[in-house]
Amino acid sequence: MSDENKIPNREDYAIECCGITKSFGTVVANDRIDLSVKYGEILALLGENGSGKTTLMNMLSGIYHPDEGTTIIGGQEVVINSPSDAMALGIGMIHQHFKLVEVFSAMDNIVLGVREKYSNPRKLKQRIQQISESFGLQIDPEKKVYDMSVSEKQTVEILKVLYRGAQILILDEPTAVLTPQETEKLFEILRRMKEQGCAIIIITHKLNEVMAISDRVTILRKGKSVDTVATAETNEKKLTELMVGMPVSLEIDRPVTENRETLLKVVDLTVDRPDGTRGLDDVSFEIKTGEILGVAGVAGSGQKELCEAIAGLLKVKTGAILYKKENIIGKSPAEIIDLGISMSFVPEDRLGMGLVASMGMVDNMLLKSYRNHKGPFVDKKPARALAESLVKRLDIQTAGVDMPVRMMSGGNVQKVLLGREIESGPNLLIAAYPVRGLDINSSYTIYDLLNEQKKKNVAVVFIGEDLDVLLELSDRILVLCHGKVTGMVDAAQATKEQIGLMMTGSSEKEVAEHE
Amino acid sequence: MSAFSTFLAPIIQFLIAAILSSTPILYGTLGEILNEKSGHLNLGVPGMMAMGGTMGFLVGYYSNNLILALLGACVGGMLGALIYAVLTVTFMANQNVTGLTLSIFGIGLSNFAGKFALSQSGIGTLKLPDEINSQLLNIPIPLLCWIPEVGQYFAVNIFVYLAVILAAALSFYLHHTKVGHNLRAIGENPAAADAAGIRVVPAKYLNLLIGGGICGLGGAYAAMIISGGVWGSNFVGELGWIAVALVIFAAWKPGRAVFGAFLFGALRVLRYHLTNLILAPAALVPAWDEGLSSASRWASNSIPVAIYDMLPFLMTALVLVITSMRKAKEGLQPASCGTNYFREER
Repeated sequence: MSDENKIPNREDYAIECCGITKSFGTVVANDRIDLSVKYGEILALLGENGSGKTTLMNMLSGIYHPDEGTTIIGGQEVVINSPSDAMALGIGMIHQHFKLVEVFSAMDNIVLGVREKYSNPRKLKQRIQQISESFGLQIDPEKKVYDMSVSEKQTVEILKVLYRGAQILILDEPTAVLTPQETEKLFEILRRMKEQGCAIIIITHKLNEVMAISDRVTILRKGKSVDTVATAETNEKKLTELMVGMPVSLEIDRPVTENRETLLKVVDLTVDRPDGTRGLDDVSFEIKTGEILGVAGVAGSGQKELCEAIAGLLKVKTGAILYKKENIIGKSPAEIIDLGISMSFVPEDRLGMGLVASMGMVDNMLLKSYRNHKGPFVDKKPARALAESLVKRLDIQTAGVDMPVRMMSGGNVQKVLLGREIESGPNLLIAAYPVRGLDINSSYTIYDLLNEQKKKNVAVVFIGEDLDVLLELSDRILVLCHGKVTGMVDAAQATKEQIGLMMTGSSEKEVAEHE
Repeated sequence: MSAFSTFLAPIIQFLIAAILSSTPILYGTLGEILNEKSGHLNLGVPGMMAMGGTMGFLVGYYSNNLILALLGACVGGMLGALIYAVLTVTFMANQNVTGLTLSIFGIGLSNFAGKFALSQSGIGTLKLPDEINSQLLNIPIPLLCWIPEVGQYFAVNIFVYLAVILAAALSFYLHHTKVGHNLRAIGENPAAADAAGIRVVPAKYLNLLIGGGICGLGGAYAAMIISGGVWGSNFVGELGWIAVALVIFAAWKPGRAVFGAFLFGALRVLRYHLTNLILAPAALVPAWDEGLSSASRWASNSIPVAIYDMLPFLMTALVLVITSMRKAKEGLQPASCGTNYFREER
C-alpha cells in the first residue's frame, strides 16, 4: 500500500538495468540493453514493433527471466523471479492486453492475489475510492469488467498496481486503444503520479505523446538500446531517425487520380446493433473510384456497423447500399466478396481480426481464396507463393509463413490482414483502423499500400482515429456521431478543429457559422 | 397405516432412491467442477472414479476398515488426477486427449486390478467384509426419520451425508474464501492471476488433485454400494460421463450440482417406481383405483425400457441447448478451460 512517508528521494534511481539480454530460441529479443529511471520521472520507451520493448518490460515485471544482465531496483541488485517478486519490489505493470478477470467486479480484480487478511468489502471499497480520489481516477468498484469500456478497464489496471503500493509503474502502449480525450485524461493521472514521486516507464509509438508526457526517452532498435535523450532537447524528427535508423519523411502523400466515378452509394441506411440499440441512423454518402474516403468519429459512433452493413454481416433495417447501381442488401458476405468488396477490420483488442490466430500465413491466405479453386482438394501452392510475396513486399517479420499468426507481433499481423485483402484485387477496400497500435514505419507502409490501391482506381474507405492522418491521407472525410452523419468535408480544406466539433455532434452548418 | 401414509410411501421411496442413485454422479460432478474451475477440462472423470473405486474396494477388502477404504478411494482418484496434472499442467499436453486417455487407462487399470485380486482370492468372487457392509447400510435421517408411519423410509448411507457436506464446503470455498477466489481467477484468466502474484501452478495441482480425490469417492460408491459389496468389472459405467455433462447443467456451481444430480438420479430410477407412483393417489381417492391400475399397467407394458435409459441423456442435450441460448456472462464455463497456461507464451 502506498505510504506517504516512504516516498524515496527524487534523485535516486528507481530502476537501473545493465546489459539485459533475452533470447527466444534463436531470436535475440533483447541484446545488452541499458536503461534507467529516477523516482519522479517519466521515461518513454520508444521503438518499432518487435524492437523488444515489451520483452524488456516483461522481465522487469517477472514474467520472463533475463538470460544475462543485472537489474538494480532502488539501489539494490535484485533477481525478479515472478510477478509477486516484482510487486514486492514496488513494480507494477499495466499490460497492453489487460490482465483482468472478466466476470469479477472492479474491486475483486483490484484486490486479487493480495496477501492480507480478508478485510470487509466496505473498507476495501473505501480504500479503493481513497486511492482513486488521490490520483483523480473514476471507478465504480462494483461494476463487472465485462460491462466496462476499454478506458474503464485500464483504470482498473492502474488501480490494481496502485493498491499494491507500486512506486514504479510500467505502461505498455496504454494509449493504443484510447481516444484522444481519454489519452489526455490518462496523462493527467500520470503527471499526478509523477508529482507524488512515482517512477514511470511508458511504451508508446506515438511521437506526439512522447513529447507531451516524458522527461527522457530511451530508444530501442532491433533489440538494442540505441540512445537515451532528454525530451526537451529533441524533436519528433530526431526521434524517428533514432528509432528507424535512417532519415524518414513524415509527410503523407495524397496522389491525384482522374476519371473518378461513383462506385458505392449508401442511401438512408439505418441499422440496429444486435443488442437492439441504433447503430446507424439515416446515413447517406457516396464513394468514387480512385478516392480515399476517410471516416472520422469518436469510437463506437457507428464505424463498425457501417463496415458490417456493407460487408453483409449485419442486417439492414431500412435504406439501400448501391454498388455499381445494384442494391447489395440481402446478399451473403460471400456474394459481396465476389463483387469485389473487401474489408479489413482491426478491432480494439487487435486480436481476432479476420485471421485464424493458430493458423499460419499460408492457411490464412487460403481462407479467402480456396473457393476460387476447382475440385475437392486444396492447392496450397498459390497461397504459399502469395504469403511469401507478402512477407517480402510488406517486410513482415516472421520465422516462416507456416508459423501461427498469433506468434507474430501486432503490427505484422495487421500487415498480413491488409495484404491479403489487397491481394484479392478488390474494387472497394474498407480498411478499419489499419494502423491501430502500429509504429511509424509500419504505419507509413500501410498508408503507401492504401495510396497504391487508390492509384489503381480502387475506392478506399479508411476508418481512422488519428485526425492528422485522416486529413493528410483522405480526399474527403465523412464524420459520424452517434450513428448519424454530421459532416462530409473536403480533407484539403478542413481543419482538425472543425472535424473535432462535428465528431461531438455539431452539424456542418453550425461549424461553418461558428467560424 | 393411514391412507395418507399409503399415498406418501411410494413417493418417499422414489425420492430416496433418486438421492441414492444421484450420489455417485454428484461426487463426479463436484470433482469435475473443481477441475474446470482451475481451467482444466478433465474428461478423465470415469477413469479417476474407476481408479478411486478400485483402490477403495481393495483397501476395504484387505483392511476391513471403512475409513481406510474411503481414504484409499481418495488416493486412487488423486493418482489419476496426478497423471492428468503432470501431463497437462507441467507438460502442457492437450487436455481433451489426456482426459479421454485417462478414462480409458483408469477403467483398464481398475479391471486389471480386480482380475488380479480375484485370482488371489481363490473363491472366484470378491466380497467386502461384513463389518464394512454393515457400516454402509442406510442411516436414518435425523428429524425426518421421526415422522410417524413414513419416517422409516428416510434413511440414506454415509456417502450421501458426506456428499452434501462436500457440496456445501466446496460452494463456500469457491465463493467465500480468498483461495477459492484466487482459483476462480486462475480458471478465468491465468495470465491475470499470475500477474496478480497468485502461484498458478501449485494452485492448479492442488485443486486438480482434490477434484480427483472427490471423483474417487464417487467411484467407491459405485464399487462398494451399487453392487452390494461384491466386486464387478466396469462398475463406473455411464456415471462418469453423466457427471461431466452435469457440470454444465450445474453452471459450475456446487449447490446447483446437488439439485442437478438429484434430477438425473430420479430419471435413472424412474422406471422402477413409475407404476407405484401412478397407483399412489388411489390410496386417497379409492374411486380412481381402476383407472390408475390400467394406467400403470399401460405404462409398464407399453413404455420401452430404452426410453428410461435415454431420459437422462435427452435431458443433458436439452440442458446444453438451453444453457447455450442464455446470453449471461456469468454461470459459464471458466474462460481458460481447455487451454493450458504457459507464462512465457507470446
